[in-house]
Amino acid sequence: MGRGYSLTERTGAEARPRKNHLHRYTSSHAPNVIPTSGARESSSTVSSVRRLRCASQLQRYTLLGVLCFGAITSIGVSTAAAEVPQSQASRSLEVCDPSVIPISGSGVTSILESNSAPAREVRSLGYLVVAICAGIFVVVQTFLVLAIVRGVRAARVANASAGSGAEPVQVFGSLPIEVAWTVIPFIIVFVLTMVTIRTIRDIDLTKPPEGALTVTTIGHQWWWEFRYTAADGSTVITANEMHIPAGRPIWVELKSADVIHSFWVPRLAGKLDVIPGKTNALWIEADVPGIYLGQCAEYCGTQHAHMLLRVYAEEPAQFDAWLAAQAAPAVEDATVTVGRDTFTAFSCFNCHAIAGTSEGLFGPNLTHLASRDTIGSGSIPLTRSNLVQWILDPNTLKPGCNMPSLKLEPAQVESIVDYLMTLK
Amino acid sequence: MTHASESSTPATKTPESFWEIVGRWSMSVDHKKLGMMYVGAGLIFFLVGGLEAAFMRLQLAQANLKIIDPETFNQLFTMHGTTMVFLVGMPILLGFGNYLLPLMVGARDMAFPRLNAFGFWLFIFGGLLLYFSYIGSQGLYGAPSAPDVGWFAYAPLTDRTFSRGNSTDYWILGILVSGFGSMTTAINFIGTILCMRCPGMTLMRMPIMAWMMLVVAALVLVAIPVLTGAQIMLLLDRSFGAHFFDPETTGSAVLWQHLFWFFGHPEVYILILPAFGFVSEILPTFSRKVLFGYPLMVAATVSIGFISLGVWAHHMFVVGLGPVLNSFFGAMTFLISVPTGIKIFNWIATMWGGRLRFATPMLFATGFIAMFVIGGLTGIMLATVPLDWQLSDSYFVVGHFHYVLFGGTVFGIFGALFYWFPKATGKMLSERLGKWTFWLLFIGFTMTFMPMHVSGVLGMPRRIYTYEADRGWEIWNLITTLGVPVQMAGVAIFLWNVVKSLRSGENAGNNPWDAWTLEWSTTSPPPEWNFDRIPTVTSARPLWDSAHPEDPDAHYE
Repeated sequence: MGRGYSLTERTGAEARPRKNHLHRYTSSHAPNVIPTSGARESSSTVSSVRRLRCASQLQRYTLLGVLCFGAITSIGVSTAAAEVPQSQASRSLEVCDPSVIPISGSGVTSILESNSAPAREVRSLGYLVVAICAGIFVVVQTFLVLAIVRGVRAARVANASAGSGAEPVQVFGSLPIEVAWTVIPFIIVFVLTMVTIRTIRDIDLTKPPEGALTVTTIGHQWWWEFRYTAADGSTVITANEMHIPAGRPIWVELKSADVIHSFWVPRLAGKLDVIPGKTNALWIEADVPGIYLGQCAEYCGTQHAHMLLRVYAEEPAQFDAWLAAQAAPAVEDATVTVGRDTFTAFSCFNCHAIAGTSEGLFGPNLTHLASRDTIGSGSIPLTRSNLVQWILDPNTLKPGCNMPSLKLEPAQVESIVDYLMTLK
Repeated sequence: MTHASESSTPATKTPESFWEIVGRWSMSVDHKKLGMMYVGAGLIFFLVGGLEAAFMRLQLAQANLKIIDPETFNQLFTMHGTTMVFLVGMPILLGFGNYLLPLMVGARDMAFPRLNAFGFWLFIFGGLLLYFSYIGSQGLYGAPSAPDVGWFAYAPLTDRTFSRGNSTDYWILGILVSGFGSMTTAINFIGTILCMRCPGMTLMRMPIMAWMMLVVAALVLVAIPVLTGAQIMLLLDRSFGAHFFDPETTGSAVLWQHLFWFFGHPEVYILILPAFGFVSEILPTFSRKVLFGYPLMVAATVSIGFISLGVWAHHMFVVGLGPVLNSFFGAMTFLISVPTGIKIFNWIATMWGGRLRFATPMLFATGFIAMFVIGGLTGIMLATVPLDWQLSDSYFVVGHFHYVLFGGTVFGIFGALFYWFPKATGKMLSERLGKWTFWLLFIGFTMTFMPMHVSGVLGMPRRIYTYEADRGWEIWNLITTLGVPVQMAGVAIFLWNVVKSLRSGENAGNNPWDAWTLEWSTTSPPPEWNFDRIPTVTSARPLWDSAHPEDPDAHYE
């Protein structure tokens, strides 16, 4: 019964008290201990005293551990707290220099390079949690290393001395120590839960923030469709490159046309799944103009890896101009009617919509294709030669994608590309 | 090969032919033979799953490589995950339970020996069925030849529309069949632990590993049927026109996730608790100290069991469950770190003041603690819901769960292999080679999985067959890939160690490590009937009591 409720320990019966401070301790305190009956007398005397010694030592170390944890964590937390004003300072700097948002290089999709209020809040919480975890890590690993060093040394001493085969003090447990390392984690966990819930309340919005622009985002295997409401109330549809005004909250409504995808632009916000049959919504708000990269983060089939996302945050006036241009009908260029006819003569129009020409829904809307920077869901730069290659056989550029090769003659492909390249 | 067969075979008889040996093993209902076959088969699948991972890492060594095409890559990670969870982790851990539980509680066999054999062969059949998909599911469609839906097979990607051919059906049936095997094993564990303990062995005198296995068995019985049910629903969807998970009608894609993770999270604890058990047996032996805080350890194990049933939706923080559910499951997940932390503290307290001997099992056990602490702490980061929105489905998660399942479970398994190999075969493994294995695995493991945390923070999603250049991911992926051959060398040395030891290993004797639990009181390998006389115990450490009759443990209970 005593096990776990009071400190109970003992030596192996053949163990002799070692010639060290422990032994001295034993002799000076032995009279205080009431011996138990009969044959166990001598060993109980020794073990009872050792229990005192060992208990106080373990308790001291536990206390030390708590203090270390407190010190490391508070350093970490204060660093995390100092991080908030810092990031705001650097933000105001960034506003002066829009070119600061890189589109290549390390950190381009880092969760630590936040440029949006929700992402920044997650980062601050992240630093706090990492600080607490670092505190726990240092304390636990230090104790582990200490236990190893001491244990190896003790084994060496025991082997060297005559009493080899002797067993060390057997400690079955200690109520105060066990209570300590049950209660303290509870407190840490409580703190973590509270700060987590506060952040969830701040950014897991259930309705759009005031003045938000709604962009309906539809995940397809393996590309993105974006729908906006233009000034005149008509719907503007584009693909793979999402344009948003900087400095204004965006309410990204997420829907899926087939399987589950996930919308993730790390610098703007955490990810949110795009689920068929369920409409999710995510709040993003780019501080500064620039191109923010991301990609689908939920496995969605063969070309999951090439379901990239590009978010173009622009000055509001620039964005309005872009939206107006996208709302305009497709460019009608008389020099490329051959290409246009080829486009409608083959099954291109079954999948691709071009306002005024075709109404397909299965592939990206091509009404203003030439205004975009990329094809293949952000994976290939939009150049004439890439587009030719893509139409000849998309599988060479994006193996397994759902667009088939129509086995067109090169001349036919050239004419289609001539036509598509006019669709500014 | 075993002591039992030697003693029961007359010396004049000619040596057994290959087929006689096969027959003797395959017809056996002996828990020890079944346990060894579980571990052996699990190790073979471990090599297969490891090779799959190696191919994936080859493809990801640099950006935009074209070594492996996307469909094959997707099959590789699906098969890697499925294999490692269902055909490596579960069978090896349950195999150790199979081998050790009757010996630890002083019984002659499991409660239901035939059911035990049945469960083992179901596992083998399920595993072969899954791998037969490489040959069998080609079908008429030019469809993928192996499952490529990911190990958690999210609906509706598993729908016939998106997953043509039969590969997903092979995934369903293979796991379903081996799942029944796990359930029978769990029933057997519970029966053995509750009804077959030797005289004097109260529940609180069981080796702590038996407690862990009891909780694992209970979790298997609660969790696996949910998966089995969900898989049957999926089978109905795919083959009989049902619409459970079909969002086009009234079905729900999220329903599959709830069902899968209601199984999936307890599954994580099914995979880690037995390893906790191994470590809790190894540490006291090599520290020469009794386990610190046995009752608290039991309490922590049982509470992990209960809490693990209420944390499944932390795999679904990015599904958009809403602030209330997200907060609840975040809090529950934090909560489970308390009993887990208690275990770690108790292990360190067990080592504290001991006389440590760093034989190979002890190396793996301490390595386990150090690595598992890291996995646990990154788990706390992931339980922080908003942080999970960033880190979920990124390489950070891959790093996290490999710290738990490789640094935790696999290190625990290697510790257990080195610790109990002498008992099972009567031969010692080479300590020198064992130390090589440990350090190569430790270094290779760290090289592979530590950089994954960085690539995750840099925004790299998991399950992509290639990645864009110039996002700062290349160097981290390269280091990750370079860790793979180091680990392979460690495993190869281990296999050589086994072969060498079986051929010319040092004889182990009954109790080579001077341990205290009952399995070390019988011969190595134990006779088919385990104990000549069923032992009677008076404490959790019967062999301590017999070595120190003047100072038995019972006095301190």
